[in-house]
Amino acid sequence: MNYYQMWVSFYTIVRKDIVRIFRIWPQTFLPSIITSILYFLVFGKVLGGRIGEIGGHPYITFVVPGLVMLAVVTNSFSNVATTFFQAKFFARNIDEILVSPTPAWVIIAGYVAGGMVRGITIGLLVIVVSAFFSPLPFTHPLIILLFLILSSLLFSLAGLVNGIYAKSFDGITIVPTFVLTPLVYLGGVFYSAQALPPLWQKLTFADPIFYLINGFRAGFMGFSDISLSLSIGVLAVLIAILVGINWYFIRTGLGLRQ
Amino acid sequence: MQNALSIHKLKKTYGNGVEALKGVSLEVPEGDFFALLGPNGAGKTTIIGVVTGLVNKTEGTVSVFGHDIEKEPETARAQIGVVPQEINFNPFEKCIDVVVNQGGYYGIPRKTAIPYAEQLLKDLGIFDKRDMTGWTLSGGMKRRLLIARALIHQPRFLILDEPTAGVDVELRRGMWDYLKTLTEKGVTILLTTHYLEEAEQLCKHVAIINKGEIAASGTMEEVLALHDGATPKDGYRGGRLEEVFLKLTRE
Repeated sequence: MNYYQMWVSFYTIVRKDIVRIFRIWPQTFLPSIITSILYFLVFGKVLGGRIGEIGGHPYITFVVPGLVMLAVVTNSFSNVATTFFQAKFFARNIDEILVSPTPAWVIIAGYVAGGMVRGITIGLLVIVVSAFFSPLPFTHPLIILLFLILSSLLFSLAGLVNGIYAKSFDGITIVPTFVLTPLVYLGGVFYSAQALPPLWQKLTFADPIFYLINGFRAGFMGFSDISLSLSIGVLAVLIAILVGINWYFIRTGLGLRQ
Repeated sequence: MQNALSIHKLKKTYGNGVEALKGVSLEVPEGDFFALLGPNGAGKTTIIGVVTGLVNKTEGTVSVFGHDIEKEPETARAQIGVVPQEINFNPFEKCIDVVVNQGGYYGIPRKTAIPYAEQLLKDLGIFDKRDMTGWTLSGGMKRRLLIARALIHQPRFLILDEPTAGVDVELRRGMWDYLKTLTEKGVTILLTTHYLEEAEQLCKHVAIINKGEIAASGTMEEVLALHDGATPKDGYRGGRLEEVFLKLTRE
């Protein structure tokens, strides 16, 4: 395949997924928006007033970046994991791509791009919704955009690993429930790591979502628990590792070919 | 003339220890209509899986038009169109999209793929279903959709794994006629089927596989010559190929 043909193949995978995502928007977009509104109401309006300010900002403003990340991370992950697993397990239409000359990295890029489109779109929608509850300081818009892209990329890649390796439907529901959700909640969505005892602070540093949320929060509010370069560095390493794992899986057929 | 497919000492042992292929060697000449026959579980679908990249081989070499499937997987796959035994398209996609998207995976842009996909659907008699989703089609229509999908990139080598399973007689004849026109255009066809009389009529070369080993292979005449001339005194009698097949696979 030449580069143009690879582009066509990539475009085909992405287009197919985007058409699906927008066709079933009540399933793909609506739940995250409703959940976010509930979070804004409870943590922003009901509890937020009692908590006070963090870093000179109202609690709801502090929470918004974390809630946007929550939506981006879970949607990017589940979009790719579910789409790939269904294509592999139910209709077995993943064979359409596997028998074609599309290289492994184009397959990875295509599926991941689909997850990113969904994750970023939902992230933007949640930001728009949050504006009704709290004025957001867009201190560094480019950093916001960068972390939106990094977070959706990282968790789309993680979703693909899950989708490829899962051997049953339970395999793609266990990870979001027992791994992803705790990581998100313990990654500093609702609190600053500085408020934790030293041991818990160290554990929080082992959570990749902590780096995402802090980078994203720095984009909005201009402050963070850790340096931006550390956040970007950690995320870049994790992305590189997940790209390698996905490439190995698809190239060797582990979890895909008999 | 080069071979469309060359298989040399191909072995496949699955993870559960089942030895599906025990050193199969096979050559399919370019332009041939080749029948790969065997009872259920003989290893036909495993061979097809290895050739198309869906099954990892344990040992041996496989090349498609001289391109080794391990060293040049993408070039080898670009030559092949495959109609699988099981229906494996997304049932919620429109028929036209099933075919056009497959073209996309081979690098064919939509504006080029759409008119050719429409032509294929017309040729196979399902053009009026183009905007219907796959799950609404009958069994025979689904089979024809799989053929259209396999042909969208105009492969030189078409592999059909029991393409007429569950298809009625009239439709089956129509499909055979269509496949014959493809071989006349130079497309090499490898076919697995349980309809041995049809294989006997259509195919130039044949290989019979049993328990992961080739029991006989050659031109149709050479394989039919293995028939000992004896006819069963009672019960159902099949065609000559059927008798050879039973003789080889029962032993």
